[in-house]
Formats: sequence, structure tokens, C-alpha cells
Amino acid sequence: MLSYIVRRILATIPVVLMVALFVFSLLYIAPGDPAAIIAGDQATPADVERIRESLGLDRPFLVRFGDWFWHVIHGDLGTSIFTNLPVSHMIAQRIEPTVSLMILTLILSLSTAIPMGVIAAWKHGSWIDRAVMATAVLGFSTPVFVVGYVLAYIFALRLDWLPVQGFTSIDQGLWPCLRTLILPSVALGLIYMALIARITRATMLDVLSQDYVRTAKAKGVGQRGVLFVHALKNAAVPIVTVIGIGFAALIGGAVVTESVFAIPGLGRLTVDAILRRDYPVIQGVVLLFSFLYVLINLGVDLLYTLFDPRIRY
Amino acid sequence: MASGIERRGFLKTAAVAATLAAPRLSLAADSKVLRFVPQANLANLDPIWTTQYVVRNGSLLIWDMLLGVDDQLQPKPQMVESYENTPDFKTWTFKLRPGLKFHDGEPVLAKDVVASINRWMVRDAPMGGPIKKRTDALEAVDDRTIRFRLNQPYAKMLFAIGKSSTPTLFIMPERIAQTDPYKQISEYIGSGPMRFKKDEWIPGAKAVFEKFDGYVPRDEKANWLAGGKRIHFDRIEWQIVPDGATAGAALQSGEVDWLETPLSDLIPLLKKNSNIAVDIADPLGNIGSFRINHLYPPFNDVRVRRAVQMALSQEDYMGAVVGDDETLWKTLPSYFTPDTPLYTENGGDRLQGKRDYDAAKKLLAEAGYKNEPIILLVATDVAITKAQGDVTADLLKRIGMNVQYQALDWGTVGQRRASKEPPDKGGWHIFHTWHAGADCVNPAPYTALDCSGPTAWFGWPNSPEVQAKIAEWYAAPDLATEKTVIADLNKAAMDFVVYLPTGFFKGYQAWRNNLSGIVKAPFPVFWDVTKA
Repeated sequence: MLSYIVRRILATIPVVLMVALFVFSLLYIAPGDPAAIIAGDQATPADVERIRESLGLDRPFLVRFGDWFWHVIHGDLGTSIFTNLPVSHMIAQRIEPTVSLMILTLILSLSTAIPMGVIAAWKHGSWIDRAVMATAVLGFSTPVFVVGYVLAYIFALRLDWLPVQGFTSIDQGLWPCLRTLILPSVALGLIYMALIARITRATMLDVLSQDYVRTAKAKGVGQRGVLFVHALKNAAVPIVTVIGIGFAALIGGAVVTESVFAIPGLGRLTVDAILRRDYPVIQGVVLLFSFLYVLINLGVDLLYTLFDPRIRY
Repeated sequence: MASGIERRGFLKTAAVAATLAAPRLSLAADSKVLRFVPQANLANLDPIWTTQYVVRNGSLLIWDMLLGVDDQLQPKPQMVESYENTPDFKTWTFKLRPGLKFHDGEPVLAKDVVASINRWMVRDAPMGGPIKKRTDALEAVDDRTIRFRLNQPYAKMLFAIGKSSTPTLFIMPERIAQTDPYKQISEYIGSGPMRFKKDEWIPGAKAVFEKFDGYVPRDEKANWLAGGKRIHFDRIEWQIVPDGATAGAALQSGEVDWLETPLSDLIPLLKKNSNIAVDIADPLGNIGSFRINHLYPPFNDVRVRRAVQMALSQEDYMGAVVGDDETLWKTLPSYFTPDTPLYTENGGDRLQGKRDYDAAKKLLAEAGYKNEPIILLVATDVAITKAQGDVTADLLKRIGMNVQYQALDWGTVGQRRASKEPPDKGGWHIFHTWHAGADCVNPAPYTALDCSGPTAWFGWPNSPEVQAKIAEWYAAPDLATEKTVIADLNKAAMDFVVYLPTGFFKGYQAWRNNLSGIVKAPFPVFWDVTKA
């Protein structure tokens, strides 16, 4: 197992390298000019050119990539073109809101989606099943920003229960932190919840028709035991797989959610960097996300062994 | 026993008192913090390195200026105690106020001013550049005295160093001002009324300014950038809220105090809210711009430019940009900002009256236009440029031009417009932007009116007549002469069609009613604002 983990972690290196090269190339060929944005609308073309030179943006592709890559392998993600701050510092500033948002979203989505999926499968064909599926379809179909605005209007503006925007660090207390995260987490979690509820239902339907479930029932195992011990554990592998794959959707959704709720997280940092063509920041954040994505999928692979003892690495 | 009861009673009373007092203490503390949502993200803080207005606005809190313009656009002493010039405008001497201090406690000295002026002159093409060319010597005569010795007269010196348009001349410590003007500074030490809290800065999310107790405001009443800059807050927090709807909701819920640029769709809603005040933000407004590439056919022919000029309806543009609120816009048969001293409509006839599409088509035919594609760059992520682009596409089709509408983001338009390549090889014919009215009050800060050809602003118009008038204005000794020259300049620029003004428009600002002292200006004025 340990050697497998080590091999998988080592395998992330070429993946991240490929991502780095891909992202760098993509940014190189993409139109847009940070020097023009820095110089501002009233700047002369000569000023724009001088700024471009001072930022080294006039250097050949390979020189720029080589320079950036050399620094990356030495643990230096570079310096933001716009803020003059180290990219690692900017990421560190933004990681807490995003991680907090992701954790609460995962907790809210999983704690609702899995029971919903299980119950829908158990009550297959009933109004409960249809209600769960209708909720899931709604979750899939409604854009995150629409859900965000509706939630903010009801719970912040009309009822005045929660803040419209912003983020409070957990250093200031758990409840102040949660207050700022509840609405964004619900908005972001809706699509994730829908995805997991549907896959849970589908997998559970398959498992509930298996012989061993019938045997468990025949042995007198209670309904709760059949559903959550025998069936759900055996249905867990595809569910966990979807949770891992859905993490990418969660990252994409965080970009929108953080903008709607003005949360100073990595999603907003990414959007701001893309709009300004702040290349070092874009490259740094994408590298981080790709590394996290690989790690989460590694975690998912390892979880398989927990749910299915037949799987060995 | 008795004492125990008394003690408990005392503690209970104290607890109740503390509970009751807590909201008052909290309110008092809150009244010392101003939460402001700026027009854009404050991604950096070097007002010389970049000309973005949001950076200038933040810098106004940190760095002070030698002179500053008031609401009549007159430069008034700020850091300067006195100044004098020789009658030939070749020698200018400025003396600093005593007791000026930087945020690190160091005194502001003449050498700091000299270094700051030197850095600014390199980057300020419209005014700093010409001053630099004329300068034989810029010297610190003593710790408080700075002297320019010029080899040619420069009558507009006071306006140049007191102007609000970017890059603005801010005074920095010498060690910071010696930074290459094309590289960004990393220390934000000024002598302005607030100090920047770099440790709390999250670019894209929050910027915090803390009151600088060492600042000594002038005695005069504050008036835009002139007078005493008295700050009534311990902290001013800039909260970056990228989504306009969220910012509006945050204002309504009281999470923020002041929006610099509320979403125009939300204005009716905000006006109905009794806790919120809404008013014009900048009385000098903005001028919409239809920018033309003068280098390539068909727009290198003045007849084609005039054909578009006679068909262009500013009402259509302003309706698309601002909407139904007619108090926010007016047509503009001029290149200059309305209601300012030099405003003129001389030569603006072709932009007024009934739009004549047939005459425009005829003129296009005379000029030999043969349906060549017109590359129109439209930044669709900026509402004002998108609206103008849509109207332009329709206008050009109406007069029989073959428009290629290229939907891009502003970052890409910023790159493409700098290209001097032919339009079919990555260049362009038309893009849209807008100019702050504060930059269009006279030719000095007005880069878009410059017609110096290769060194002019994007589009590279080349008109010796326009340039001659601009030079005449620089030499004009009094306001009456300036007015005459500007009237001629406007006519020459209209005849040449440097660019097409699409109208004059203003925007709103909104704030919670517990704020008072907010004024209309081309930049947010924080001094003399109080919070109940």
C-alpha cells in the first residue's frame, strides 16, 4: 500500500509538469496584454511597450517558460505582475476562505445528498423518489449565481439573518465564520448535492436488487441496517468516485460563488488574474488546483480499499 | 453575607450596564470605520507606474501633492506654503510647508520632491514630458525649497503639478521615488492623511487605510484636492465587491457604507430605500469615444471619417450606455467637458441635428469606399464599451459599411489597439472607450486629442493644424486667449475628426444616510466625511 501511495505521488509530478506546460502555452498564445492593462487607458503606446519590456514579456517563449519553470522547481511560484507580491503569499492569503467554503459545502452536500439518494432508492417509484429526483434536476439546472442571488435576497436582505457578502476567518470564532459561509455553501452545494443524490440512488437501486441484500433481509436485519450497512457500503465505490470527480465541478463553482458573495478566495483570485492576464498568478493557482485534484483522486482510490476489501494495491 | 449580596448585585448591575453599553460602544467604534466599495480592484498602489483611476484614488489618501485642484479646476497650494515664478515663466520656485512628515516619521524634504518630480516627468507624457524637455535644472535649493529652471516658458506649471488626471504628481520619499518609473514600487510610504496597512492588504478583496496622526491639514476648508484634508475615521476599509448586485445588496443591508459606482440597474431600487442617498458622483462626467485608426483605409480619408460623423446619433449611444435616465447624459458637439471654463461647441455642427444617412453614403462613395471589411473591436466585458460597440455596428450597417464585429474582453482590446498592423493582419479600424471629463477640460491632460501622428494615442491621428492650436493654448497668457484658442482647436479637431465623441454622461454614487459630507468630484473625497 505504502509503495502504491509513493508511486502515485511520484506519478503526480509528470502530470503537474504537463499541466504547467499546457497552461503556460495556453497563456502565451491567448490574446491580451498585462502591460496595456497596467498602463491604463490614457497611456501612450510607448509607455505600454516600456512596461512590457520591464516585465520581461517581450522575451521568447522558451526563455520565459524556462525561467518560470526553474523557479517553480525551486519552490518559487514567482511574483504577481500587478501586485508585486509573491504568488505563494497571495495563495496563502486566499486559501482559508476557499478551503472553508469547500469543507462546509462537502459537509452540507454529503449529509443531505446521500440520505436523499438512499431514501429515493428505498422508496423507488413513490412520491418521495420523484420529489428527490425533481430536487436533483432543479439542482443541476439552476446556475450557481441564480441560487446565490435568491438566497441572498431571502436570507440576507428580507430576513436579515445572514450577511450578503464577505468572509470572516475562523480565528474570529466558529459562528461568525459559519454565518458568512452558509449561503455560499448552500448555493455551491446544490449542484454537488444533486449529482451525488442521483448517483447514490442509481447505485443503491442496483445494489438493493442483489442476492445478499435479500439474504440480509431474510436473516432479519432491520431496514436501516440493510440500507446503510449492507447496501450503502457496497454502493460506496461509485459514489466516492463521483465525489472525487465532482471536486472539479466544485472548484469551477467556487469561482462563481466567491464572486457573487465577495469571498476573497482562490476562485476570485483566479478570475481576477485571468481578466488582468496576471500570468504568474494564473499559473500558480492552476498548478495548485491540478495538484489538489490529483491528490483527491489518490484519496478516492485509497478509499476504495476501505469499502471493497477485494481491491488491493 | 451582606457584602456578598452587594457584590453579586454590583456584578449583576455591571453586567447589565455592560450589555446595554455594548451596542453604544460598538456603534461608536463603527462610526470610526468607513467601509467603501471602490469602482475597481486595487491591484497595486503605484500611481506613477500605472494610470488606473482606482490606483490614483487610493493614492490620494496615502500621498500628498504639492498643489491640488479645487472644484473650479484651479490649482491651489497643498504641501506648498508659497510659490513664485518669473514673468517669463522660465523659473518656478516652490517652498514646502514646515512640519510635513512621512508616515515613517521622516521629514518631507526638497530632495524627496525633486526625486518624485523626476519620476513623474518620465511617465506623464502630456505635461511631465514637455516640462522635462524644457528643464535645464530641477534642484533642491534648501530643505524646503525646490526650483525649476527652464529653457523655454511653461505657463501651465501649476496645473501640471496640481492636476488630478493620471499620472498625478504625488510626493514620495526619495529612496522610493528613485525606483525606475517603469517598475513598481514596493513601499507605500507617503505624507498624506492616511497610512496604508500593507499587512492587511488582500489585493482583489480588501485594502485598509489607517489615520496618520502626524498629518497636519491646511487651515482652509477642503475643496476637492485643495484645502485641509481632515479625516474623521480611524480606518477606511476598501472592500472589493466584484459583483454589482452584491455590492448593492451589501449597501442596503448596511454591510458597507458607500458605493463609488453602483450598478445603474439598481439605482431606482436604491433611491426608494430611505436609508440610502443617491447622487451624481462626478460632475465632470465622461465623454464616450468612437476611436478611429487613422493609419489605414478607409479611415485615413477624412471624408470617410466625416461620413460617419454626420450619421452618428449621440442620442442612440447615450440611450444604450446610460439608459432611460436623461438627467445623466447630454449630446456633446464638442471635444471638451461641458460646464467647464473652456467649453466650446465651435465646429460641432456635424454632430447636431437630423442624422443624414444618404449624405453619409454619398460621401463614402465619393471617398471610394468599396465594402472593405471594417474591424470593430468590442470589449464585451465592459458595459459601456459593449453598448457603444452595438450602436456602432448598427450605424455602420445603416450607411452601407461592411462591419466585422469582434467580441473580445477588455484585456484583448488593450493589446489589439496597440497594434499598428493593417486591420486584416491583426490590427483594427475602430474601438470604443470613454474619457473622464476631468481629463478633457483642456489639452494638457487630454492624450486622446493629441494629433502628433506616430507618438499620438491609439489611432495615431496626424494633424499639424490641431497640434499648432494645442501649442498656442500652452502659450496662452490668460483665460480669454485660452477660450479663443480652444474654440479654434475644437473646430480643427472636428474638421479633422480626431475621434468621434459619442456623448457626455455621468454616473451615480450611493451611500448610507448616516454618512454626511460626501461631495461630487472626479474621485472619491474622503476628507470631511463623517459617520453618525
